[in-house]
Amino acid sequence: MNSAETVIRARGLTKRFGDFTAVDSLDLDVRRAEVFGFLGPNGSGKSTTIRMLCGLLSPSAGEIEVLGCRIPQDAEALKRRIGYMTQKFSLYDDLSVGENLDFLAAVHGLPRREARQRIDELLALYRLDDRRRQLAGTLSGGQKQRLALAGAVLHKPDLLFLDEPTSAVDPQSRRDFWDSLFELADAGTTLLVSTHYMDEAERCTRLGILDEGRLAADGSPEELLAQLPGTSLLVECEQPRQAQRALQGGEGILALAQIGASLRVLVEEGQSAEDIRTRLHEAGIDAEVGETAPNLEDVFVTATRRQPADREET
Amino acid sequence: MMNLRRLGSIVLKELRQLRRDRLTFAMIVGIPTMQLILFGYAINLDVRGLEAAVLDQANTARSRELVAEIGATQVLDLRYRLSTPQEVDNLLRAGKISAALMLPNDFETRLERGDRPALQIVVDGSDQVVQASARQLASFPLPGRAANDVPGIEVLNLYNPQRLAPVNTVPGLIGVILTMTMVLFTAMALVRERERGNLEMLIATPVSPWELTLGKVLPFVGIGLVQVTVVLLLGKLLFAVPLRGSLAALYSAALVFICASLALGVFISTLARSQFQAMQMAFFTFLPQILLSGFMFPFAGMPKVAQWLAEILPLTHFLRLVRGIMLRGAGLAELWPALASLALFTVVMLGIAVTRVSKRLD
Repeated sequence: MNSAETVIRARGLTKRFGDFTAVDSLDLDVRRAEVFGFLGPNGSGKSTTIRMLCGLLSPSAGEIEVLGCRIPQDAEALKRRIGYMTQKFSLYDDLSVGENLDFLAAVHGLPRREARQRIDELLALYRLDDRRRQLAGTLSGGQKQRLALAGAVLHKPDLLFLDEPTSAVDPQSRRDFWDSLFELADAGTTLLVSTHYMDEAERCTRLGILDEGRLAADGSPEELLAQLPGTSLLVECEQPRQAQRALQGGEGILALAQIGASLRVLVEEGQSAEDIRTRLHEAGIDAEVGETAPNLEDVFVTATRRQPADREET
Repeated sequence: MMNLRRLGSIVLKELRQLRRDRLTFAMIVGIPTMQLILFGYAINLDVRGLEAAVLDQANTARSRELVAEIGATQVLDLRYRLSTPQEVDNLLRAGKISAALMLPNDFETRLERGDRPALQIVVDGSDQVVQASARQLASFPLPGRAANDVPGIEVLNLYNPQRLAPVNTVPGLIGVILTMTMVLFTAMALVRERERGNLEMLIATPVSPWELTLGKVLPFVGIGLVQVTVVLLLGKLLFAVPLRGSLAALYSAALVFICASLALGVFISTLARSQFQAMQMAFFTFLPQILLSGFMFPFAGMPKVAQWLAEILPLTHFLRLVRGIMLRGAGLAELWPALASLALFTVVMLGIAVTRVSKRLD
């Protein structure tokens, strides 16, 4: 197996619920041992795409091949080789930590001796060994999430799907959790993680930005930053709110965001810091405007920017 | 496709969850409404058409005339003409008839002398309402009979001679209790997994629909048999309810009935979208079973449509089985149609349920 082996391949993947198109002609390639991040706002089709790739939802159109299995035809064969960590905690609240893992080990058909070893190993790895007899429902958010991860990797899957795994935990737990994910990737597991946190997206080896069911951009974070068509500017002035109002909807302005006392402005190619300063001056605001390093938020905003026709509606 | 270890793991998980479950059954507003409608429809104590046999050993002009007159009241549906008391016994015990008219050889003499009852109506005492209806016939006028204090017609109450209410209700109650608990428990089973989000995790594993369905149902088979034992013991200790047939036959019948009820429950579970809905649906099947099965009102008194409906309900068949075995001492061989109906119901319901347990979310 070489490192460029394609683990997930989807072409024209589409899912419609009635009149609503949740996923629209998605093309996707994920290679072995990648940590592929799905970045997108709520309702952009992240969960629906993951469910189709796991074989839990049948696509309305398009082709999927995951780990060499054609989906949905070979979905049952695939289910032995993937792990899936759902968005909502989906282990049993009324079973203890140990009982939950025992159950999953049996469901995955792990031999008893191997199961016992593997569970001990995972409980130690995810710092749950002192919680073995505690009911899962009484664990903290971070502990639940580590238990869910242990459950999802119990049978050593080749491919792990994680649907917004960190939405219910504190920042420290999120960082720890991502360290665990990288350990899995180092061991050769391919990961597909959906998130709406930019700091998490930055840590992925590759990113797909989803917007209204379409793949708006994909590539490594560095590639995406390098390809960013606009320029990021930082405006520092006394009244950032007024400055924002003055620039809002103006020619060539892609995005505005107030960060503390300053204003972050993403402008189209061709617009310079000087242009912005002039514009603000005309509005009666004195400001320092300088270029700043682009970040993924800028990439995200650019990728999901509405076309002018759409902008009229909003 | 079935993997025993996987099946076992689901059974174990269910048992563990059950141990920690503090499920309380809420009362539902819609029930009184439905009860009223069903009661209004099914209550009919003016029983007609009780299936009956005639054993006319006199076979004289007057005896034939009397049989025809009693038949004309339509209380009894005289569908069997028999020639030996043994045949009467067999039909009664198998539950094929509820009553029998017995006219002795010396019918004419008895009629003229009036010192002994001229004929006998033998009644299946394992059904309370049947007893009551047959007693109406005791006052049937016998033309040509000498005036005397001795009643002309003797009603012989088989199986429950003292007409004790618990003797009639306890066997039926086993069925009612099992219906209520078994259907309700399993109706919750799958829908609870879905509601709590466990199902999405579960269907992403190699577990098969059969393993999942059977694994959820099996623990309740044991629980159901425990319930049967409790009701039997209490019936025996508190009300001296007899068990005239074999214990093995009774438990076999209960086992098949438990499976039928569980299958119905799992089927409901695949239809319902929430636990509350599952409960509503369980009650929806529960009421007709109680009202139409013959537990509350005599089967023979119900309109034809209600009878057809009742034939679909597992409790109807179980009541025939349990009354036959406990009160009439019948064996499974005599009651096989009821047993076969229950088995068929189980297989069909479970089959439908399993095909509905999809490993997809759409």
